[in-house]
Amino acid sequence: MIRAAMTATATVKGAGRRRLDWGRAVFYVLLTALAAFMALPLIFMVNQAFKPAEELFLFPPRFFVRNPTLKNFHDLLMSADTMLVPFSRYVFNSLLVTVSTVLLTVISASLAAYAVAKHRAPGSGWLFTLVVSALMFAPHVTQIPRYMIVNSLGLVDTYWALILPALASPYALFLMKQFIEPLPDALLEAAKVDGASEWRIFWQVVMPMARPAWATLTILTFITTWNDFFTPLIFTQSEVMKTLPLALITIYGGPGQVARYGASQAATFLMTVPTIALFILMQRRVIQTMAYSGIKS
Amino acid sequence: MGQVRGGLAVGARPWVAPLQELARLRAQVRRHRVAYFFMAPFVAVFFLLTLAPVLVATYLSFTYFNLLQPPTWIGWSNYRALLLDDDIFLIGVRNTLFFAFIYGPVSFMASFTLAWLINQLRRLRAFYTLAMYAPSIVSSIAISVIWLYFLAGDRYGLINYLLMRVGILEEPFLWLRDPRTTMPSIVVVALWMSLGNQFLVFLAGLQNVDPQLYEAAAIDGVRNRLQELWYVTIPVMKPQFLFASVNAVVASFSVFDIAVALAGLPSHLYAGHTIVTHLYDYAFIRFEMGYAAAIAVILFLLTFATGRLAFRLFSTGGAY
Repeated sequence: MIRAAMTATATVKGAGRRRLDWGRAVFYVLLTALAAFMALPLIFMVNQAFKPAEELFLFPPRFFVRNPTLKNFHDLLMSADTMLVPFSRYVFNSLLVTVSTVLLTVISASLAAYAVAKHRAPGSGWLFTLVVSALMFAPHVTQIPRYMIVNSLGLVDTYWALILPALASPYALFLMKQFIEPLPDALLEAAKVDGASEWRIFWQVVMPMARPAWATLTILTFITTWNDFFTPLIFTQSEVMKTLPLALITIYGGPGQVARYGASQAATFLMTVPTIALFILMQRRVIQTMAYSGIKS
Repeated sequence: MGQVRGGLAVGARPWVAPLQELARLRAQVRRHRVAYFFMAPFVAVFFLLTLAPVLVATYLSFTYFNLLQPPTWIGWSNYRALLLDDDIFLIGVRNTLFFAFIYGPVSFMASFTLAWLINQLRRLRAFYTLAMYAPSIVSSIAISVIWLYFLAGDRYGLINYLLMRVGILEEPFLWLRDPRTTMPSIVVVALWMSLGNQFLVFLAGLQNVDPQLYEAAAIDGVRNRLQELWYVTIPVMKPQFLFASVNAVVASFSVFDIAVALAGLPSHLYAGHTIVTHLYDYAFIRFEMGYAAAIAVILFLLTFATGRLAFRLFSTGGAY
């Protein structure tokens, strides 16, 4: 059946296709050039992590590594040994905080967004207006009142202080609402007629349809939380509660530090690996194409 | 609802109408109790940890508050000082506007164009997506180390090195210290970094477009890709456009991380000074929280006004 659809579209568009081939080639070349340019610093970062010291401080500077070495990673783990806490503790903290934040954010924002977009209960319009307005307030100043509230709840220097404030992300609600709103009401009605509870409708109808949205939200929240420097800086006190970005600053050791330059490059590389891995995993959910690629092109 | 209004117009007993209204509201609340249950976790945290801090910060903007002593009410003087006496703030406003007017529209349009182009691809779609999205994945602290190397003002800087080798430059140029190139450099790096978020939202939005719409459009006489884009894709993607544009507005007015990472705080001749760096300076270096809060409120008004524009452009006429 799919093949039939494909041949059908092929005959419809067949006339134009041959002419387009040249344009398509140019298009691919341009896109590849742009992709290469965009990825350049990332490639450079990977190369830096594996450069031996003499290549890191070479003049003229060299983009690609010539004699790759693992010494920087070794230095990183050794230098972490001289710190108060083993490097693995930072990794654990970062993973725990990031994974819980992502899960709770996606669930709480999706639930609320579904209620706002599809139920239109009294007050939900107001809530949305408030949420969007809060989005536009510079977050730096609100950190002080927020700190006072978190402090009076007795949560400073706990994992909750790092996870909880991120949950009510206006950004997350806004994103989910924008994707859930256009979903056809008829489908939800049909599920209701079939006797499905709201809870089931949410998990078995709304969430599967909004998959590109929550996959996107997962990626965005993961990256923001994983790379967040400001929140742990404010809400943690003890060394055992710190996350990777804070540890990274310690490893960099401020401007002019030469000794750990290689180690810092290795740390940068290690910090980037999980986000890229997650992106590659989730990417399929953002860009699911198989279903109708035959019809579309 | 119409019937209730009708009852109100008769108005025989004036206290009946409000009571009816109240009963109606109660019935509605009860009917939607599942919805409230769904909203509860988000709303609880939102009110406690987002909305309350915003309100407290707004109150603080009318006070003198140094974190040690309790805030003292001083009325409008923070705002007066900010708008009339603080020249550096005005430099920050100018720089922020420069940044916002280039960064906002360019990143918005570039993200959409790229997402649209990549969505047309049949092969290697995942590869191109990763390549385009890669810059947003990396921590801005981590990546600024690399950009600082690219833009370094001595002959070791990669850009200086290349330009000198080709012969465009005679001697190293101080990209991040010369007032003429500081903000443009920040714009370029920012653009490179944050094509990502909106790009991803647009990609997801393009996936949400019902393919049957394209078939219907083809029957209705839509001939080429550009017509498809104009008559089908763009109207259907309004919710994503609204999200991305509000997002772009907020991001472009609150430029901070990159500006500080590249140009320093304070930057040379305040060439890289923005509203949020000014805010950060007063909040976390001088500990004048009241003044910093006033800066945040002005920034909010600026962002909100621009955000309304985005709503007017892309709103689907929903709840907002």
